[in-house]
Amino acid sequence: MKLEREVVDNVATLARLGLDDTEKERMREELAPILNYFEMLGELDTDHIPPTAQVITIHNLMRPDEARPSLPVDEVLVNAPGREDPFFRVRPVFGGH
Amino acid sequence: MAAELFNLTIHEAAEKLRSKEVSSRELTQAVLDRIAAVDGKVKAFVTVTPDQALAQADEMDKVLARGEATSPLTGIPINLKDVLSTKGVRTTCSSKMLENFVPVFNATVVERLRQAGTVLVGKTNMDEFAMGSSTENSGFFTTHNPWNLDTVPGGSSGGSSASVAAGMGFLSLGSDTGGSIRQPAALTGVVGFKPTYGRVSRFGLIAFASSLDQVGPFTRDVTDCALALNTISGFDKNDSTSINLPVPDYTRGLTGDIKGMRLALPKEYFVEGVEPGVEAAIRAAVRKFEELGATVEEVSMPHTKYALSTYYIIAPSEASANLARYDGVKYGYSDKKAPNLIEGYFSTRDEGFGPEVKRRIMIGTYALSSGYYDAYYLKAQKVRTLIKSDFDKVFETFDAIISPTSPTVAFKIGEKTADPLAMYLSDIFTIPANMAGTPGVSIPGGFSDGLPVGLQILGPALGEEKILQIAYAYEQATEWHKQRPPLN
Repeated sequence: MKLEREVVDNVATLARLGLDDTEKERMREELAPILNYFEMLGELDTDHIPPTAQVITIHNLMRPDEARPSLPVDEVLVNAPGREDPFFRVRPVFGGH
Repeated sequence: MAAELFNLTIHEAAEKLRSKEVSSRELTQAVLDRIAAVDGKVKAFVTVTPDQALAQADEMDKVLARGEATSPLTGIPINLKDVLSTKGVRTTCSSKMLENFVPVFNATVVERLRQAGTVLVGKTNMDEFAMGSSTENSGFFTTHNPWNLDTVPGGSSGGSSASVAAGMGFLSLGSDTGGSIRQPAALTGVVGFKPTYGRVSRFGLIAFASSLDQVGPFTRDVTDCALALNTISGFDKNDSTSINLPVPDYTRGLTGDIKGMRLALPKEYFVEGVEPGVEAAIRAAVRKFEELGATVEEVSMPHTKYALSTYYIIAPSEASANLARYDGVKYGYSDKKAPNLIEGYFSTRDEGFGPEVKRRIMIGTYALSSGYYDAYYLKAQKVRTLIKSDFDKVFETFDAIISPTSPTVAFKIGEKTADPLAMYLSDIFTIPANMAGTPGVSIPGGFSDGLPVGLQILGPALGEEKILQIAYAYEQATEWHKQRPPLN
């Protein structure tokens, strides 16, 4: 059993993963048994079970709204692949072909 | 062998530092020499920082000479899994994506270890972005198990576990999302502790699955583990899921006395797939606990078999969101040839991430996508509630749960790489505690075919003290923790 090619195409697009054809075909084969394995959860009746998103009972923790120093611009940009101080430099948003 | 400086425990080394029998520089040099001698075979380190380490050691020798050492960790050489941000020291997550990333701040746990006066000797290898059980998913190279170089050290914190087992650091910190501290500790014969979710700050831990990730120590014995937990635990205002409760002195429970304790043995942890040698070691441990005056009773945790599916929906879902930040703009790898912004996202992520990371991003994105959310993600969150209730029920009447840490001893390099699901099964006994957010430790529990077997002890939320008490009593009644791998 393989996953539908359209499903792999769609999910890769949602995840912004530029997989090539070979990778997509491999995903079709590798993901199918994993998703199939998940089917066992269907054995459990969970209609009246609340979901658990996290396990500690802290909710909406707020910190005092106090001014504090942020990182200097030079440190913020130190790992940037492209920079034009004091900004990140990115590729063109439109066009480029 | 046991007399070698690099093989001492932290508490033994700390005593020698206090009595001026050795200096921090000598300890640090011994560890650096050990790395030079054996890491060519083990390959535990992504980065070694010798100059910085020796400078730090000299600094700590001055502190020790002035009698100003504030912690038993002062002057002790350590290393860190390369998932923890270290200011000025490259932090890669063993990914091409972060190959040249140098953080501008320290993780809170790194800062705490620095304040305690530890000496950082390097950063250790791991499965890329902590996704894996063998370090074979590292974007750089595979780490080898010091007990048998043809086998894996476990993962994802395999560099950390191998380094502590082989004498290349007295302490390492790793991260445990589904067993990534306990499973490699088991496979390399060291102590690995996953604290209660929220007990140790995650600030500066590069995120994999935020509702499951927890930082914890690798050490060569339980006393050292307690000392490390004393240093890294506690509230952090920079982590919104940090628990704001006082931290007890974790060495207090190390008495050796566990008379009258009630231990649970879940029958679901002795299923098909557990190697006979592993089962025999754990059954022998049960008898040892009974000799020590504890009672051991079989219990049922009926949702155990669903934990793996639940985990492999929830963890990749959270990962797919967390790893969206790697866009080639702010830091990390960037495809410079891409013609525009959107195509740059696609090619940067395709070229920067390895196969397992892509696989998990795909699983997570699928589980969260429109039309599948209820069937996968929401369903998994509901089953997570059931798994947690299994633990709650057991801890109403029992002090702790004991089990194998992993169904097998260290497996051969390459044995499971072709079958992702077979690899995922390595974590079948460690994952449930992450789902429940509860603490657990793996300690040396014997050998099978010459390879270490891990004994897992799981406790209730904030039950770190009791786990350590039980672990210590077993350790003191056995000799396993004194074994060192035959590595020259």
